[in-house]
Amino acid sequence: MLLIPVLLGVSIVVFSLTRIAGNPIAAYVTERMTPQQIAVIEERFHLSEPVYVQYFYWLDGLVHGDWGYSQTAHLPVTEAIAAYFPATFELTLVSLLIAIVLGIALGTVSAVRRDTPVDHATRVMALSGVSLPIFWLGLMLQYIFAFQLKWVPLEGRFDVYLGLAQPKLTQYTGFRLIDTLLNGNLVLFGDAVTHIILPAITLSFGTIAIISRIMRSSMLEVLNQDYVRTARSKGLPERLVTRKHARRNALIPTTTVIGLSFGGLLGGAVLTESIFNWPGLGRWSATATITNDFASILGFTLLSAFIYVLVNLAVDVLYAYLDPRVRLE
Amino acid sequence: MEKDDSERKGGGILGDSLGSLRKSLTPRIREFRFSLFLFRKSLLAIVGLAIVILIVMIAIFAPVLAPPGKDPMQIPRDYDQPKPPGAEGHLLGTGFLGGDIYYGIVWGSRTSIEISLFVVITATIVGLVLGAVSGYYGGKIDELLMRITDIFLSVPSLILCMAVVSVLTRSLENIMLALTIVWWPPYARLVRGQVLSVRESTYVEAARAVGAKRSRILFRHIVPNSLSPIIVNMTMDIGVVVLVAAGLSYIGFGAPAGTAEWGKMVSDGQQFFLSEIPYPYPNGPSYNPWWMVTFPGLMIFIYVMGFNLLGDGLRDILDPRLRR
Repeated sequence: MLLIPVLLGVSIVVFSLTRIAGNPIAAYVTERMTPQQIAVIEERFHLSEPVYVQYFYWLDGLVHGDWGYSQTAHLPVTEAIAAYFPATFELTLVSLLIAIVLGIALGTVSAVRRDTPVDHATRVMALSGVSLPIFWLGLMLQYIFAFQLKWVPLEGRFDVYLGLAQPKLTQYTGFRLIDTLLNGNLVLFGDAVTHIILPAITLSFGTIAIISRIMRSSMLEVLNQDYVRTARSKGLPERLVTRKHARRNALIPTTTVIGLSFGGLLGGAVLTESIFNWPGLGRWSATATITNDFASILGFTLLSAFIYVLVNLAVDVLYAYLDPRVRLE
Repeated sequence: MEKDDSERKGGGILGDSLGSLRKSLTPRIREFRFSLFLFRKSLLAIVGLAIVILIVMIAIFAPVLAPPGKDPMQIPRDYDQPKPPGAEGHLLGTGFLGGDIYYGIVWGSRTSIEISLFVVITATIVGLVLGAVSGYYGGKIDELLMRITDIFLSVPSLILCMAVVSVLTRSLENIMLALTIVWWPPYARLVRGQVLSVRESTYVEAARAVGAKRSRILFRHIVPNSLSPIIVNMTMDIGVVVLVAAGLSYIGFGAPAGTAEWGKMVSDGQQFFLSEIPYPYPNGPSYNPWWMVTFPGLMIFIYVMGFNLLGDGLRDILDPRLRR
């Protein structure tokens, strides 16, 4: 169970960062304050205690939901996170879905048709996928498909004016795509789809590349195994060999990579959301960094670490499901 | 085959006499020729190398390609409206406050190389020492160091960089510092894994048997033989560092506006990106200033792609399993 020590470690790193930023009392003190008043503030925020004691007070606050105040959102950090989280989660999930489906498909095709033009094209795409600056890709897509071709809206998560003319939306999940469907409002659903499509593609591009790369190499490895030859010699159609025998086993290393790539998605969300003005955690934290809003940035850092560790824990569980050898141990 | 390989990279030629030096060099030269042959066979690696050489040349000859003013890293501006590529001697047009895009592209290559080399080399040295110590000595030191890398690896790199840079003042130097803090743990992991596998090999046992000191075994035998995946990783990371640095720069950290840095140039150009400007000002035909964002972004892409291709090619050459 590495979850707790790792998160404690992250909290120590983040706490040290808050101290590097300068004396924390500076945020509460003005020139006209008397030394007595300053002492009261010091007392109140435990600033006169040794640093490690301060850490425990700070940690106590964290555990009890006191993550500080976000000047960017004009809300306590925890409430800001709650407000921005669904938008980011929706965007990340849609991107991950695109990346998994396309990445696995491309990787499989690339391995099965090794050294054909399809394979070469996929490999070059994968290499360029990990080399493209995500913010530049986003701007280019926005320029071509939204600005010039006008196929999709420029930015945002939904059209405010369109929503005014429609019956009021009941919030069930906070996911726009699901909520509009649950309300049976197809107009708003279509609006949500056209809004999410460009950011989702932008965000997924790098992950598609990573997944298709690892999928290709693990497929190539698996296709050389004896049991695949056995399956072929039994006379199974090639499609079944690929799908049932090869791909399932090739998915095992791919799953790990998907878990690890989640961190990249969270980081990418910062850039993608800034470009497409997506009202999520990424845009919030990017704005916070420009305005020196430490509480928000550090809150976001802690949250990202938490999500990342959780996702990788989930991947470990999934691993046991996919790989019978792990299950037995 | 593996023994051959290890001897090639093993080191230990300084103390030899001339005759045995020649004898020990012959297989090395043969292997080196073979590596060259493999490299020439790989088209993508050649393309990667060509791109890398091109960018290094641009960086070296920057003063010739784009004569600098007082501060070479500052893009010269004419404080005029943006002009399209080709106008009035501006090959790639002008951008924010009339800054010359071509100048920024040329001098930006120096910024990128400087950032990536500093970060990758520092991170490698730190990772190499910590990883080697961790893998070789094992036990409590290993446990402690690996838990620390766990902590750093559990925060997405861009976000950890944001957190570190946000508490420091905004400058390119601090971006480099933050990137280094984020970049060493994967190297420590990689080196540790390599050391663990090399540690058990017979030639290390032989060195131990003749009574070599621990530090000598570690840095003279184990580390050199663990180098090839690290070299591959470094090559690719030289590209990736620039990608993350440009991302940070795009959000608004790093260099002030007008610095020859590609990420900053993209974000400077973004404010004009979806607008129309007339040229010649104010009555000429309208342009949509696509050039400000497109060219610097393209340069980042080419730079990263070049190092990725080169690294990919190097892996095929250096990995003994893929070699033959």
